[in-house]
This record gives sequence, structure tokens and C-alpha cells, in this order.
Amino acid sequence: MLALDPILEGPLLWTPLFIIIGKVLFIFVVGLVATMFMVWYERKVVSGMQNRIGPNKAGPFGMLQTLADGIKSFFKEDLLPTRADRIVFRLAPFLAFVPAFLLWAVIPLGGDFSNGNDGTVTWFGHVTRVQLADPPVGILWVLAMSSIGVYGIMLAGWSSGSKYPLLGSVRASAQMISYEAALGLSLAAVLLSSGTLSTAGIVAGQNSLVDWNVISTGIVPFVIFLIAVTAELNRPPFDLVEAEQELVGGFNTEYSGIRFALFFLSEFMNVVTMSAIMVTLFLGGPQPLFDIPVIPGALEGTIWFLVKLFAFLYLFVWLRATLPRLRYDQLMDLGWKVLIPISLGWFLLLAALREFSPDGDAAESLRVVVISFVVAVIATGLFAAALKVSARNRAAANQPADNTGVTV
Amino acid sequence: MSVYLREYLTVVWFGVAALAIGGLLLGLAALVRPSKPSYDKGIAYESGVDPVGIGWSQSQIRYYVFALLFVIFDVEAVFLFPWAANVERYGTFGLVVMLVFIVLLLDGLVYAWKRGLLRWV
Repeated sequence: MLALDPILEGPLLWTPLFIIIGKVLFIFVVGLVATMFMVWYERKVVSGMQNRIGPNKAGPFGMLQTLADGIKSFFKEDLLPTRADRIVFRLAPFLAFVPAFLLWAVIPLGGDFSNGNDGTVTWFGHVTRVQLADPPVGILWVLAMSSIGVYGIMLAGWSSGSKYPLLGSVRASAQMISYEAALGLSLAAVLLSSGTLSTAGIVAGQNSLVDWNVISTGIVPFVIFLIAVTAELNRPPFDLVEAEQELVGGFNTEYSGIRFALFFLSEFMNVVTMSAIMVTLFLGGPQPLFDIPVIPGALEGTIWFLVKLFAFLYLFVWLRATLPRLRYDQLMDLGWKVLIPISLGWFLLLAALREFSPDGDAAESLRVVVISFVVAVIATGLFAAALKVSARNRAAANQPADNTGVTV
Repeated sequence: MSVYLREYLTVVWFGVAALAIGGLLLGLAALVRPSKPSYDKGIAYESGVDPVGIGWSQSQIRYYVFALLFVIFDVEAVFLFPWAANVERYGTFGLVVMLVFIVLLLDGLVYAWKRGLLRWV
């Protein structure tokens, strides 16, 4: 199944072009509004959890507080540290901001997926999807964009020519790449059950509640993905990047005014987009949990999508209000010694189950088991040999040091 | 132009629009914000005291080790994706081949673990 947006087929006419432009604008508005909402929502929910009132002056329930803060940042002086690398310092906010936006391009925001429909809607006589683009490798796009986001943070810290930002950015990149590996590996489990890399295809495959990937892959990849995403977003309890007590503000210490606002915006936008990606991958995106009467199918998809999205946003805020920050070695241990082995092992288990489950013949299963056993034995042998060689090398390296009496 | 390329062209336009929005925000801010540079504003922030030395310093070699390990596992993930999406087509043979591949890489991880490379001091 080659999942592509049907609107792009055939000769390019004016109506499809306007529909595409409309979608671009719509997604921009959705992205910005959702981000501003998230900032307000986080402040309000956290204050509720801490027995405070939170923003309540600007607009109803203080909802315009974010807007006020944003406007304020326009009027703030833009400081450029004398030691900074000028070009990279100015480029870095874009590198953080643009990928955060581009992630929205492949997320199905709505459409009628219920009862096995393929999620297309008809606008002005043209069949299309409620998503900007549906490339056949949408998931790779998601991973690529979240990786490019690391560059923004890394370069921002490095180019500041200051110590705290540098430390913050090096920490951030190490943390993000560590969890990116776990993220990718747990994502492979989803692909195993859905059989396509297109986001619309993945949503279409999660037809009923039991088909939702959170259940059909077992809960483990979802939990690993959630943890990895939290770390990837530098959200508490993984916010070592901007640990205020140690690093002042982290990578964006030297940024001020609107450039800082761009970082802030992209950070919160990433929270929203990553939640949307989790909804798409594991919770069926716009798939309805039950049918809401009266409301037409396409709109219903959007409503369900938003409901699931808010659940994740709340979860992120909740985590922030509840959990204390991890230590750096704990963070690395969790990433490399727990999440990556578990996600790899679970992936292998799922693949094997898939191979056996339906009407697999016994001889085939036996063969796989035997071969797996042989592989395990050989791997253990290789591992033992490697340890032996390295022990011998270390002994050899220490030998001359002992003779001359110099300690190395 | 194929549909496939058009799909990406849409995304490219979206990216251009994102760049434009960012540029617009920065440009707008450049018009309205004050600019009174001074020596004190230009020095690096170090909790209020004068900065010591230069801002760029060497960082731990551990970061490099983790970066190397990351490359390995990320490339592994990229190899896994196309296989995972078509697991039925490759059948048992594919499963065994992938098993060998993953186990070898896990071997490397366990080796790094055993040698203490994953321990953060």
C-alpha cells in the first residue's frame, strides 16, 4: 500500500493548490495555538497541583498570558555576547524552531478512519487527507526532524562562548542521542505490527481498540517510547539540560528577547508534536474509541485526536509536578542499560511471535529455535573471547609500566 | 513530477513557511526592540562574577563514547525499519538473519557495559 495524499495525483489545478495552501496555513495556526495553549495549560495545571492559582489576570482564566509574554519578548533587547560565534548563534534558533514545525507535516490531524475507512475526506470535490503530506516514509521523517532538533540545542550552547550553555548543550546532546536510540528501537515494534512507514497507514491499521498499537505490541514499547520521548524533550524528570541549580538556564542562558522566545516556543511545540506522534503511533490517532452521534465522521476524528492529545499533555505536566530530577549517571544507566536492551529484546520477541503465531508448522518453529540457540552460543563465545583479548591487552599494556616503576 | 516528489514538495513549502515565520518574528522584533549595547551586556554570564578564561572548554571523553554507541544503534534502527515493515515477506530466513544482526550488536553493547564504558563517573 503506497500511502500518498490523493489530492496530489493528476494535473495540478488551482483548487488542489488552494487546498494545500489552506492546509499549510491551518497547520501553522493549529501548531502555534496548540503551543500557546500548552504553555498556559502547563502553568495552570502545575499551579493547581501546587495549591497556587497560576496565571489568572490576562484574559479568561489567564489564557492570554502566553500571548502577553510573547509580545513582551518582542520589546526586549537582543544581546549578542562578544565571545559568541555570531553566525551560528543567530542560526541556532531556526534549527530548533523549523524542525519542531516540520514534524506537524506528517501527523494525521483528523479524517474518517472509523469502520475501516481510509481516512480521506472530500473538500471542494477533491479527495484528500487531513494531514499536510503523507510520504511513504513518514516515520523516518519524524525521526529525522527530531534528530535535527538536537543540532539547534547543541549549536546554541556551543556558539554562546560561555561555560554554562556549553555544559548544558553537551549534556543535552548526549541525553538526546542516548534516548533517540531507545526511541527508534521501540518504534520498530510499531512498524512490526502495522507493516507500513506511512503515518496515515499506521493509523488506518489501528481499527479497533485491540488493534491499537499500545495493545497489539504489548504495553512495553509504548512505555519505553513514552520515557524516551520525555527524555528527548528534556522534560522533567529528565530536565538535566536546564537544571537550574547547576546550569543556570542550560543551553539558552545567553539568549534573550525574541531569540529566546523562539527556543521556548520550539520546546513547547515539541511537547505537543511528540504527544501527537505518540497518539498517532500507539493510540490510533483520529480513530474513534466509540462513535459520537450527530457529529460527521471527519470532524469526529479531529475531536478524538484532540482528546487523546490533551491526555498526553496532561501526563507530561503531571510528570513534571510529581517526579524529582534524575542524576546524570542514573539517566545514562536507564537509557543504555535498561531501555535499549529491553526494547531490542521485546522487538525480537514480537518478531518471533509473529513468525510463529498463525498456522506456523512445527518443523519451521523448531528450526528457528535451534538456530537461535546456536546464535546465542556463538555470541556468548565471541563475547568471552573479546573479554579475554581485552584482558590480555590490558595486562600487556601494564607490563612495561611495572618494569620501569612508573605508574600509568 | 511524480506524486511522491510532490508529497515532499508540499513539505518543502511548509518548511519555507516555517523559516518565513521565524524570520518574520525576528524581523519584527528587530524593528521594535531597543538597542543599547554596552561592554557589560556582552560578557558571558557566570552567575554574576566576571568570567574566568574562555567559554569553550574540553569536555569528557565519555560523551564521545556515547556518541559512537549512538551511531551504531541508530543505524541499527534504520536497518530494522524496512525489515520490520515487511517482516512477513522475508519469513523465517529474514528473522534468523535479523536475529544474528541484533545479537551481534547486543554483544557489542554488553562488551562496552562489561568494560565499564557505560558507567558514568
